[in-house]
Parts: sequence; structure tokens; C-alpha cells
Amino acid sequence: MSAGRLLALADKEMRHLLRDPRSLGVALLLPVVLLVLYGYAINFDLKQIPLAVYDPDRSRESRDLVESLTRGEHFRLAAVLAGPGEAEAALQRRQVKVALILPEKFAADLAAGRATSVQTLVSGADSLTASISLSYLEAMLQDWWVRRGPAASGGSLEFRRVSPQVRIWYNEDLASVNFIIPGLVVVILMMLAALLTSQTVVREREQGTIEGLVVSPVTGSEVVLGKLLPYVGVALADVALVAAAGALLFHVPMRGDALLLLALTLVYLCAALGAGMLISVHTGSQQVAFMLAFVGTLLPTILLTGFVFPVSSMPKALQMMVQLHPATHFMVIVRAVALKGVGLGVLWPRALALAALAAALLGASIKGFKKTL
Amino acid sequence: MLIGAPILQLFIFGYAVTLDIKHIQMVVADRDRSCESRELVGSFLRSGYFDLRGRVDSPADLDRPLEAGEALVGLYVPQDFSKRLARGEPAPVQLVIDGTDMNSAGVAGGYAAALIAHYAAAGGPAPPLTHQPRIWYNPGLRSMNYMVPAVICMILGTVMTAVTAMAVVRERETGTLEQLVVTPIRPAELMLAKTLPFAGIGMLDVALVIVLARYWFGVGLAGSLLLLLASSAIFLLTTLGLGLFISTLSRTQQQAMLTAFFVLMPSVILSGFLFPIENMPQVIQWLTYLIPLRYFVEIVRGIFLQGSGVAILWPQLTALIALGGTIFALSAARFQKRLG
Repeated sequence: MSAGRLLALADKEMRHLLRDPRSLGVALLLPVVLLVLYGYAINFDLKQIPLAVYDPDRSRESRDLVESLTRGEHFRLAAVLAGPGEAEAALQRRQVKVALILPEKFAADLAAGRATSVQTLVSGADSLTASISLSYLEAMLQDWWVRRGPAASGGSLEFRRVSPQVRIWYNEDLASVNFIIPGLVVVILMMLAALLTSQTVVREREQGTIEGLVVSPVTGSEVVLGKLLPYVGVALADVALVAAAGALLFHVPMRGDALLLLALTLVYLCAALGAGMLISVHTGSQQVAFMLAFVGTLLPTILLTGFVFPVSSMPKALQMMVQLHPATHFMVIVRAVALKGVGLGVLWPRALALAALAAALLGASIKGFKKTL
Repeated sequence: MLIGAPILQLFIFGYAVTLDIKHIQMVVADRDRSCESRELVGSFLRSGYFDLRGRVDSPADLDRPLEAGEALVGLYVPQDFSKRLARGEPAPVQLVIDGTDMNSAGVAGGYAAALIAHYAAAGGPAPPLTHQPRIWYNPGLRSMNYMVPAVICMILGTVMTAVTAMAVVRERETGTLEQLVVTPIRPAELMLAKTLPFAGIGMLDVALVIVLARYWFGVGLAGSLLLLLASSAIFLLTTLGLGLFISTLSRTQQQAMLTAFFVLMPSVILSGFLFPIENMPQVIQWLTYLIPLRYFVEIVRGIFLQGSGVAILWPQLTALIALGGTIFALSAARFQKRLG
């Protein structure tokens, strides 16, 4: 492999890039714009969830329960219902997200040590926030029970006075920005990188200029790597802009080693760009290349790589499959370095996997570039 | 490709997407090792929510597994746990939770609190305060029911726009558009000819997804099939129109692709298909009123999950018709100018 030819090809590709300033501009600015837009738009902080309550007992205990539920930042009392039947209407009107129905003899049951239960109604149409709301409610309910239950039952129940002390690490406020922004960076970079490079080789094939390449002495690896270089540059510029935005606008912490993260970002970029290149080498038209890159990166990267939904909750077979996606590993790396401050000592398996994927994708692209027409 | 992609997506997302947190990895530092502490830890493991990842000797050793991402939760039972219980004194136990993924952390915290409360009252004769959740429209909170209809929206809303744009630009790039212009074909006919095939494929995709959703995933259509198909057709107006519009803005396929990406990415994230619009800042919420995908997601979810009809969905349908008509008219006007 000749460095001279490689650099010449990189230079050629760079000139193509520069001749289309609009595309270059979009490629440079788009990631930052998207990060800012989504960073402000995507918010999983379930705070101030509107709650409707039906309390027929109106005893001290029931009022205390409701008050303890709405006192914190998770729920706010949005409606007081006159009857249990009103709950459905309130939910349908989207006035509230959760309805709480207390039993009629709440205090009396507690005092006598009888079993009692509260009912909650949630609309499953918004299943993502519904299950989290229910978890919060359960936690707060039981918390109330452990603290007040003994007193409310007037000693008729024996209690083991276990008191849980919960500490949240790495993201003490459970702020969704700290979770979402690093994830967004991974997703945006993957998509852009794959899209950009997916066009490179196939464009030459469509336009016929590939003939010139084929009859020249350049090898497959020189073509692939030469075409890759300018895009690495563009992508790195993107990374810088996006990292700055994340830190300055959203105050995402950076507790780990920035240089380590930069090095691993470079490996990730090679993998993402390599994926695009692989598509480019094997498709016949830019349209198909774009579709493959878009469909292959958009929804999978958002839904399957741990961006929002935990990988550990997926079926085992799927869990193993997503390990083949570079973003799955980089997602863990970015969050671990930024939020937990860990280094290579902990992250080396993921880093190794990322490097292996990058090598495999680039290698496959090089092999796939056939010097035929 | 256009047929295969929706099917593939449907399969993967139907199975993968879930916020049901199970098999939470937990490490335990039990300094007491008494009957009581074993019972407490045992109750966690028997619940089916927590899996024991490992035991450590001291609370300081809980750091490493959480740092490495091997465990989400660490439970520390101090040495004097059972003694304190016997004396009737408050017996604290410590839970450390990895807060990186705030959803998982919240859910894990909820489960843990419930388990501890049950343990606390298990010493008594009566069962403790219980909580009965009732969930409407999607009783199992099957994320699948939520996601599968959304795939229809994604396919029609994203891929269709892009391929339409690129198809037209490709002709411009290769020069064959000029050849078409000098034929007797009229601009309107050319436009229709370019978009109708994609409209057809789009409708075919919709039908395919509906069938698969019903017979493979068990996600039935609660509402009217006719309404769904009609809404899809209207939505196609907007996406294909958008594709045409993008094609008039671009000289090369790469430009078309990047422009389409620029327009589609915000639409996808802000459409409410994944992230609730109510949680977004006001300014952005207003912006989403201009996104056709937002209305289509509401319509499709409404028809699939709640069986909503025109009576409930007419605002979204009207918005879609209005937006679609405007976009298509604008694109058509621009298209004619570029050609003639």
C-alpha cells in the first residue's frame, strides 16, 4: 500500500467535499443543531406528574398518605374526584396521568390490622411513562407504609422496623439530561457518519468515474482508507462542536479522562464510517445506499443500543445480536467515562469490542471493493 | 428493500423495545449473616426482579461492580441488623443504585422499596398495604402495542420522503430530466408519475405491517381499518410532497440526502412517537404542530390501541389534510417552475 496514493485519493475526496459547501455545512452544523434541539426536547424527568385522587375516607391517615405522595417533586395533585367513576374521564381528557382511588374504610382497616389496598389507574396508551409512574407510586406508598404503618395500626400489627436508606450514585438528581445527552451524541454521530460515507463509492459507480479508479494502480485499501480520511476530519470537527455544546449548554459532567474518551471516539468513528463505507461498496445506486444507511442506523441505533431502553431487558438472542453494533459499546463507554469517571481498567472489554468491530467493518469494505466494472 | 425494511424493523422493535425492567443485577454485602438478613436478601432474589450478581465482604467493595456496570443495585446489611430488630430499634439497610439510567434506577428503587416494606410487615399477622394498579388500553403495558403502530409511521414518514427526493434528483443529475422535459409530458403528469409508484409501495407496506402486527405480534386493530388506510393515504400526501419539495432544492443526490436527513431527524424525534411531547419546552411543543408525523402518530396509535374513530380524531385528520395539501401545492408550484 502506498502512502502517496492514499493521500492523493484523500485529497481528491476532500476537494469533492469542498466543492459542495452546502453539504459540508450541513454535515458540520447538523449534529450540533440536532443535539441542541433534542437536548431541550427530550425529557424523561417524570416530575410533577398530574394525579387525581378519590378519597372517600377523608381520615387523618388518608389525608396524610395523599399529602406525602404529592409533597415531593414526582406527583402533583391535579384533581380531586367526587367519585371513582370520574377517573376514566379525567384520564381520557389527559387532565391527569394517574388516578388514585383510596378505599372507604382506610383508617379503620389500618387500625384493626386488616388488609387494605389502594387502586391506581393509568392509561397504558403511554406505556413508557406509565410503568415508571407506577414504580414511583409503589415506592412512595411503601415508604409511607413503613414510616406510618406502625403508628396507624395502633400497635395491632408487629413490625420489623427496617428503614431503607437509598443512595443514588453518578447521577444524584436522576437528571435525564445526563443520560440522554451522551446517548444522543452516540446516535447522531453514528447516523451522520454512516450516511456520509455511504454515498462515496456508490456515487462514483453511478456517475461512471469509477472506471478511472479501476484502471489506475490504486488498491482497494487505498481507495477505502483514502476516501475515509476527509470524513474522519469532518466527524472529529463535529465531535468537538457537540462536546462543547453538551458541556456548556447542558452541563453534562465530565468526570473521567477526556483524552481517553477522544481516543475511543476516534475508534468509534472508524467503525461508523466503516459501516457506511461497507454499504457504499456493495450497493448499486445512491438511493439504495441511503435507504440502507438510514434505515439501518436510525431506528436500530435509537431503539436497540441502550440509548433509552436497557439492553439487559431485551430477549437474550437480541442482546447478543446488538453487541455487533458499535453504538452499543460506545454508549456504555461515553456514559461510564462522563458520569462514573472510570478508565480503561474497567472499560477495556468494551474498547476491545469497539476496535474489533471497526477493524472488521473497514476490512470488509476493503475486501468488498472489487476492481471491476 | 422497500418491502423488506418495514418487516425487519417490525420484528426487531416489536421484541426489543421495552421499559419493563427485569433481571436487575444486584450485589450484596451482608455483614450480619443472620436468619433475618438472609430472609431479607432472599425476598429480593425470590421476587423475580433481582438477580444476584455476587456477594462482597464490605460495603466499600460495592463500588467496583457498579462502576463497571456489572450491577445496578448494591445492598448493604450492617452487622447489627438482627440485633437491632430484636431490640425493636430501627434497623437501617443501605441501597446504592446506579443513577446513570434514571428510568432503570427509578424502577429498581420502586421494587426495592416495595420488597423492604413487605419484609417489614411480614412479621405481623395481616398482609400489609397493597397497591393494585389498573391499566387501560394496553393492560400488559406491552411496549409492543405501543411500538408496532409507530413503525408504520416511521416507514411512511421517513423512507418515503427520502426516496422520492432522491429519485427525482437522480434524473436531474444524470440529465434524463431534460430529456423528459422536451417530451410532450406535462409537469403535473411527470410529478404524479414520479410519486404514484412510491404511494403504491407505501400503502402496500402499511397493509403488510397491519397483517404482521395482527397475526404475528397479536397487536389487533381496535378501530376501523378503512380509517387507517385513508389516514395513511392522506399522510402519504405530506411525505411525498415533502420529498418533491426537497428535490427542487437539491442539485445532487447527496444534497437531497442530507437535506432530507436534516428535515426528517427532527420530525422523528419530535413527533411524540418515542418521547412525550408534553414533557418538551413550550416553544418546541408549538414547533411540533407543524410536523405532519406528529398527527399521524396520534392517529395510528389512537386507531390501533383505543379504537378511536373520526369523532375523536378529526382535529388530527384536518391538520394532516391542511398540512399535506399546502406542502403538495407548494412543491408542485416549485416543481413546475424548475421544469418549465
